[in-house]
Amino acid sequence: MPRVHAELVNHKLSAVPDKLGRFGRFGGRYVPETLSAALNQLETAYDAAIVDPAFVSELEGLFGAFVGRPTPLLFAKRLTEQAGGAQIYFKREDLSHTGAHKINNTLGQALLAMRMGKKRIIAETGAGQHGVATATACARFGLECIVYMGAEDVRRQSPNVRTMRLMGAEVRPVESGSRTLRDAINEAMRDWMATVETTHYIIGSVVGPHPFPRIVRDFQSIIGRETIECCESLFGRLPDTVVACVGGGSNAAGMFYPFVDYPDVRLVGVEAGGRSSDEGEHAAPLTYGTPGILHGSLSYVLQDRDGQTADVHSVSAGLDYPGVGPEHSYWRDSGRVDYTSVTDAAALDAFDMVAQQEGVLPALETSHALAWAVEAASEMSPEEILVVCMSGRGDKDAAEIARLRGQE
Amino acid sequence: MILKDGKKQTGIERLEDAFAQCKSEGRRAVSPFITAGDPDSETTVATLKSIFAAGATCCELGVPYSDPIADGAVIQSSYTRALNAGMNLKKMFGIVSKLRETCEMPLLAMVSYSLIFRSGIEAFVKRGEASGLAGFVVPDLPLEESDDLDAHCRQSGLALVRLVSPTTPPERAREIARRSTGFLYCVSVAGVTGERTALPDGLIDRIKWLRQESDVPILVGFGISSADQAREVAAVADGVIVGSAVVRCLEQAKDAESMPNAAGSFVQELVKACQVC
Repeated sequence: MPRVHAELVNHKLSAVPDKLGRFGRFGGRYVPETLSAALNQLETAYDAAIVDPAFVSELEGLFGAFVGRPTPLLFAKRLTEQAGGAQIYFKREDLSHTGAHKINNTLGQALLAMRMGKKRIIAETGAGQHGVATATACARFGLECIVYMGAEDVRRQSPNVRTMRLMGAEVRPVESGSRTLRDAINEAMRDWMATVETTHYIIGSVVGPHPFPRIVRDFQSIIGRETIECCESLFGRLPDTVVACVGGGSNAAGMFYPFVDYPDVRLVGVEAGGRSSDEGEHAAPLTYGTPGILHGSLSYVLQDRDGQTADVHSVSAGLDYPGVGPEHSYWRDSGRVDYTSVTDAAALDAFDMVAQQEGVLPALETSHALAWAVEAASEMSPEEILVVCMSGRGDKDAAEIARLRGQE
Repeated sequence: MILKDGKKQTGIERLEDAFAQCKSEGRRAVSPFITAGDPDSETTVATLKSIFAAGATCCELGVPYSDPIADGAVIQSSYTRALNAGMNLKKMFGIVSKLRETCEMPLLAMVSYSLIFRSGIEAFVKRGEASGLAGFVVPDLPLEESDDLDAHCRQSGLALVRLVSPTTPPERAREIARRSTGFLYCVSVAGVTGERTALPDGLIDRIKWLRQESDVPILVGFGISSADQAREVAAVADGVIVGSAVVRCLEQAKDAESMPNAAGSFVQELVKACQVC
């Protein structure tokens, strides 16, 4: 976060965003005027916080004792043997408190909210991991917490809904539109329009208007920094390939960002290929989309000819989103990161494989990255090192997977 | 409209004329809002005509968008109904052209920048000009991102109505007022569109302050839902914008055929309330 960011600003690819929140042509701030002042306030507060040693040490303290960082790098021995190629390692974000990388961002933003004197927090959530992480941070600091969640996601990720409520958060199901993550973001933005002077909106991914994509990336980039440190001490060098799943793209951005200025490390983002490449059957804007504006920033998006947001589908609620963070669009167009997609079926197979061969239950989101990794590792040499960002744990998905397989 | 000397009036000029006429009649402007294509194009055209006959100075035509973050439940539902009924940009511009054949009321498209960007800014503005729009209100386009659209609108003589909100600091409000064409849209409350029972505290003072800072007319919108509220605002502003209350009035009409009259009667009440001398 702060220190590494300062180190990297002289490099080219990482020296984004600019003052207007641009990552190349992407990003920016397309919001109603009512939100402009709050976004300026947030930017100012953030710039001051990251050079304030008290803020940095408080966050680092929480990362250690509350989250359990640094998270380990695990050698996936049996999976590596099965693939018969590159050595596969998991960066274990699933071992973080609350079971996913999301907590890195919510702690940072909750501290920022308090610096701004805001005691009411709102958030959106898809799979529920960001909702749980927000509820957790709010409980820790005594902040009021309201989480917007698409009604369809409330159904398919019910364990997380219960957890949020146990932590004292109010979960508001969203019935409009497709009743998924995109609608939850709309509803959170509407709430914020009316409450902006007392409320901070903790957005959960590297999406939304400037400065959110930058702030979330910075807080999440602890993932990539720890991975670099760990690889250097274990192998004396950087990994050859790093892979992460991409919905909005926060675990991928946090993993990739510290690597983007090392051109020898191949970076691969895996989107949700859903059932097929037909419109409405997947959630892969970087693979099939076009540049457009959604939720306050310019990025690749799935929309029709008029600009209406397209329907999307993924078996994984956390990837079921028609947009993606603007920095990913920048990395895509600059060629620095390769983006691809993996189908629902392949992700479910990877889920089983990793559960049964490694004793690690991955989130369905993460399973997309794992599916690609196993395939790719088989075509790499045994000297090569492939790191998968194990962004979250799959306990939340167990019931939904059983339902999909008719084992309810 | 083609003038006697054969020169075509620009959108901005049409708005100026409409406001000037309003003023000469001792009235404040009433600018209603309706959604394009809810329930269908024919009803929208008929409703716009009825609104004009009732004395509206100009009108905002809401362009349905799938993810309208500045809108409350009433307009959001209206947009969803219109999209489900097959409304699209081609049909929306069709409504504008159709109205222009017989009606002089300046129409402004209330449109998300997502839709403008997707078509291409230049192409979208040209289509607007060709169809006979007087200008645009783009609720999700702040000052910092607006240079391109601004340049194309100026070239085409179309208004780019900008919004100031209660959270806008004074310096910024000045700059927004300076760059707004057609009129300045003063958002009455921090929040989404929708009816509210009372006007927010401090609104009247804010309008008075803005009045001194702006060369274009100031219209106040968001939350104005009754003739009484319109009267109160009209005492200090150049006009009122009424959106959700008009949309709800249409929603409550018993069928599509009775919508134009229902909207007309309501707008008539508002126009009467805005008669200042």
